[in-house]
Amino acid sequence: MKAFIAILRRDIKLSLRSGMDSAQPLIFFVVALTLFPLGVGPSPETLERIGVGVIWVLALLAVMLSLDRLFQADAEDGTLEQLALADLPLELTVLAKCLAHWLMSGLVLVIASPLLALLLHQSPETSSVLALALLLGTPVLTLIGSIGAALLIGARRGGVLIALLVLPLYIPILIFGVNAVEAEVMGLGGSAQLLILGAILLAALALTPFAAAAALRLSME
Amino acid sequence: MLEAQNLACVRGGRNVFAGIDFSLAAGDVLSLHGPNGSGKSTLLRLLAAFLTPALGTISWAGVDIRSNLAEHRARLHYVGHADGIKALLSVKENLAFTCALNGAGNGALDRALKTFDLENLVDTPGRFLSSGQRRRLSLARLVAGDRRFWLLDEPGVGLDADSRKRLENAVDGHRAKGGITVLATHGDVQISDTRVLELVT
Repeated sequence: MKAFIAILRRDIKLSLRSGMDSAQPLIFFVVALTLFPLGVGPSPETLERIGVGVIWVLALLAVMLSLDRLFQADAEDGTLEQLALADLPLELTVLAKCLAHWLMSGLVLVIASPLLALLLHQSPETSSVLALALLLGTPVLTLIGSIGAALLIGARRGGVLIALLVLPLYIPILIFGVNAVEAEVMGLGGSAQLLILGAILLAALALTPFAAAAALRLSME
Repeated sequence: MLEAQNLACVRGGRNVFAGIDFSLAAGDVLSLHGPNGSGKSTLLRLLAAFLTPALGTISWAGVDIRSNLAEHRARLHYVGHADGIKALLSVKENLAFTCALNGAGNGALDRALKTFDLENLVDTPGRFLSSGQRRRLSLARLVAGDRRFWLLDEPGVGLDADSRKRLENAVDGHRAKGGITVLATHGDVQISDTRVLELVT
């Protein structure tokens, strides 16, 4: 447990000290989002209709773009070998690193989302359901992404490959995430979709650390 | 205690070495000699269970390490070429992280700082360390957490005479406590009464 907390704290500390690097997901999210009213025109109806989908897609991309930092630095400087020899199973190490990554990327997006929803003419009810759906969905993005990040350690041009590898697996999150908000807005109740997102999160928590840890061990061969 | 039988390793389709046998008892130091590319680092990584041998077995106290890899990893320290020092963390933070990873008790951190003369550098961020200082910091990890089995890949590189002496003392202290050390070296680290394994290309 001590080692788990040490990894979590170290990753957050490194992320905060690296300055702009850690703000990259949020900056990408905000900048890309402000382009949409300029691109599709400022009419409230259009923005209202596409808003939820746009926020979800950008959240997917923002998390994905920050994935290459998840294991790459540790693999390059030899920290990964120490992590493998630590008193903590590598699966839990992966979980600690994913938690730190989510706190610095996904959670920041969740907190920023109501403000950005306002920019896209979303009603307060919509943005509160959206924030809840993002809260359940973004950790899954990090967890699934950790498998891709671990597999692509040492691959040059990993960024393009990771998109090919990870984005298809993000599709269920996107579908249920957008659907939850739309069902809620139409008065159908989005709880079923939110429960499914929660179930996916639990499954990802239980399964992805094993896959990512196996990929990390392979990268040390 | 540590036994290697008929070890062979193939990397990238090339036979690195074959038929390596040795057996080490508590307190033994094994020094790996050989030209570049003869497989010293590869053998160390095999012993650390990062790699799987193509042939042969490694056993600890008579038990094949493959039967419980987690237990084997928890008994060894590995200091390789990549030093794992974070540029944004201070010397103390880097070392405290290792202590936490190894489940080291209180006092291990101060002992490690003292053993490799890093006390004046505690607050220096990793990016301002010279290569010799980085080496000392990565060696200080050996003392941060008690482990029986040390694997050192050319530990003397970049060290001055005083630091080399500290390293030799640390290894001597380790063997006095019954620890086993395997190190790859080009002869810059002088430890008395070592076993030698010559590797050829």
